[in-house]
Amino acid sequence: MSTKKPFFSSTYKPVGESWVWVTSMGLAIGLVMILFLLGMIVYNGLEVFWPKPVARVELREGSEAGIRGSTTFAGEIIKKQIKKVAAVGSDAPPGQEYQFYVGNKDAYGFTFKYIDADQIAEITYPQPLMVAERMEYGRAIFEPVELRQADGAVIAADHPDFRPTLDRLITEAGERRRVIRKIERDRIGDINRQLESIRLRKRSLEAKAAPSAADAHQLNEVFPSRVAELQQQFGVLAAEARELRELQEVAKLQVKTPDGSDRTYAIGSLIEVNRPNDLGAFEKVGIFFHRFWTFLSDEPREANTEGGIFPAIFGTFVMTLLMSMAVTPFGVLAAIYLREYAKQGPFVRAVRIAVNNLAGVPSIVFGVFGLGFFVYFLGGTIDQLFYSLSLPTPTFGTGGVLWASMTLALMTVPVVIVATEEALSAVSRGTREGSLACGASKWQTIQRIVLPASLPGILTGLILAMARGAGEVAPLMLVGVVKLAPTLPLDTIYPFFHLERKFMHLGFHIYDLGFQSPDSEAAKPMVFATTFLLILLVVCLNLGAILIRNHLRKKYKTATF
Amino acid sequence: MSTATLPRTDFSTTMRTQPAVTTAQPSTDGFDPAYIQIKDFSFSYGAAQVLHNLTLDIPERQVTAFIGPSGCGKSTLLRNLNRMNDLVDGVHHKGDILVAGHSIYDPLIEVIALRKRIGMVFQKSNPFPKSIYENVVYSLRVAGRNGKAELDEVVERSLKGAALWDEVKDRLHESAFGLSGGQMQRLCIARAIANRPEILLMDEPCSALDPIATSKVEELIHELKKEFTIVIVTHNMQQAARVSDRTAFFYLGKLIEYSETRRIFQNPSNPQTEAYVSGRFG
Repeated sequence: MSTKKPFFSSTYKPVGESWVWVTSMGLAIGLVMILFLLGMIVYNGLEVFWPKPVARVELREGSEAGIRGSTTFAGEIIKKQIKKVAAVGSDAPPGQEYQFYVGNKDAYGFTFKYIDADQIAEITYPQPLMVAERMEYGRAIFEPVELRQADGAVIAADHPDFRPTLDRLITEAGERRRVIRKIERDRIGDINRQLESIRLRKRSLEAKAAPSAADAHQLNEVFPSRVAELQQQFGVLAAEARELRELQEVAKLQVKTPDGSDRTYAIGSLIEVNRPNDLGAFEKVGIFFHRFWTFLSDEPREANTEGGIFPAIFGTFVMTLLMSMAVTPFGVLAAIYLREYAKQGPFVRAVRIAVNNLAGVPSIVFGVFGLGFFVYFLGGTIDQLFYSLSLPTPTFGTGGVLWASMTLALMTVPVVIVATEEALSAVSRGTREGSLACGASKWQTIQRIVLPASLPGILTGLILAMARGAGEVAPLMLVGVVKLAPTLPLDTIYPFFHLERKFMHLGFHIYDLGFQSPDSEAAKPMVFATTFLLILLVVCLNLGAILIRNHLRKKYKTATF
Repeated sequence: MSTATLPRTDFSTTMRTQPAVTTAQPSTDGFDPAYIQIKDFSFSYGAAQVLHNLTLDIPERQVTAFIGPSGCGKSTLLRNLNRMNDLVDGVHHKGDILVAGHSIYDPLIEVIALRKRIGMVFQKSNPFPKSIYENVVYSLRVAGRNGKAELDEVVERSLKGAALWDEVKDRLHESAFGLSGGQMQRLCIARAIANRPEILLMDEPCSALDPIATSKVEELIHELKKEFTIVIVTHNMQQAARVSDRTAFFYLGKLIEYSETRRIFQNPSNPQTEAYVSGRFG
């Protein structure tokens, strides 16, 4: 009797596709790394703004580890770690040590201190300890003693009026600071601009071969009297500013540093004070947002390690927008020719390969090219033609936000070309033929049918270009980024856009803070916060472009036929 | 049959250079029996010749169907009538095609002007990513005609002509992609007739439509032939029999038989034609 072979047999091994998990692992590892990086940046970047408690440290009797011979000091605990080097001549394993932010750089000469854990007798968090944000020397940590007002009245630190009066005086000092700044930067700056313009006009008249009588009158009468007038105005303003500055020094805060010495701070040198050990959760949140806002909107102080980063945010934003405005038409037009008009053949293929390879050229090469072509050649020519009077001081013949944008536009144009070409080729032949059959010319077809339908793809290219351009640092160092720009590329002074100005950039700011600042340890939190903001800015710019793209996609969604 | 509504083209009256007689049929209703003349026409994509010495005349204001198995060249011939094949790289042709007695390959005729007089409906409906209204008036807009009153009138007339007006008159400014497949194809017909061409080329217009949509388009063809000279390529024998006045059967790039539709389907003179229309091959 023959047995029929069963259709299914239990002896068959199930055929699994056993290595599929490798693909998911690839994605998972990538995701974990990106999330870790982002999480680290966000945590460290935001932690900077959270008010930390200040510890008062009692060292063991007779310890030499303290500050200026005292066994008491105070500071924020930065970290606790195992010592890297064991004590000399000892076989015992290395003990633990603390790192403190002790502040008071004006008194101590340093801001961070390492203390061995075994030297510490006691750590407490007393409420009277006060932390002050200052114009110079970073933060001060102290116990307040008394407040000496301008009229000689003295308020002791334990008096109930002490804190409100101190806060009021600090607010007033802050307002005075703004007034001084307005005088010095805006009004005196305005006088300087007028003096400069007179100097230039004078030069142009002096350069004339045959000066007329009117010219001589200008040179000998009008200009000197106008200069004298301006200098007199300058004197008045300078005196006004000096007076205000003196007022800043009148009221004083008498304090005792944790190690026991007395110090006096002018109220005008303080920006903000609080008692971190005496704050409720809501107050802490309030301070957090206040500090975050200050960081966003203020200008940097103290070689960029303190204060805000507004000029850098603004500079990055303006540069990225200018770059997008330059790269989009340029890249789209090039892609239209390459895809729609050029005869496809070996030459066009070679051009396409060259464009793709351009994306792989190191960015510093573009920086060098930008310096040579845009700054020295184009900028130099513009200066010769239009700004010859101010020479040898260059106007466009030096790095500036315009040349930086152009350099980055050149660097990112391959991305836009490739994305646009792909978007153009995705518009179906049927749609194009439909348009041609209606009697449209080729250009009309491209302009009215193909380009609108490929806009979402073009925007994708622009998003990639912006992400790459906004994060670029190396080429910018050659073509216009500076450590500290006194003015913004866009302001209320005619002609409003100052494309020749140098600017600050978040990416360069990170490099400068982290690796060029005198106290890189103190700048570390700022590096994280700046990185966080750079990522936030790129995300915001991209989100904007993505929203536009989604809107267009909905508008031009292809048929589901 | 009324002729009053149709403005005649310039080139049909002014540029007649050759006598329009090859295989003359009896003239009906005063219309030109050889409105489109295809003369010894050969066509190649690169080295591959797809049309071999075709000669046929297409009468004015009648429906002429091209039938034949896939790859027989009927679509290629249709696409040559408005020079749509010029867009393909490496094509060349021999012989000539005349419309109203004038060669469409005349260097004096601009291909854009030619396509304005010859509308085309494609196999796959291809509405533009625009509103229904803008789809219909596209041919006027590219011709620089933007007057609102004129455009409104054209939209209503064309959509009524394509039997779509009642279905879309309340949503003219919505996206054309919201329409059903059959509606989209009728929209493409409306778009093709908006600029009042003389000739309407239809490349398998119903191949992607369901039977109901197909019958609507066929009714439409019956209506449209009062105004337009229609050339239709179809794979559907019944459709060719239903809508066309004359039928041409192609096989491997050659014209096998060309005659009145009734004759092709009832009494073909060529055995290959008979085999094809009766479904025994193809």
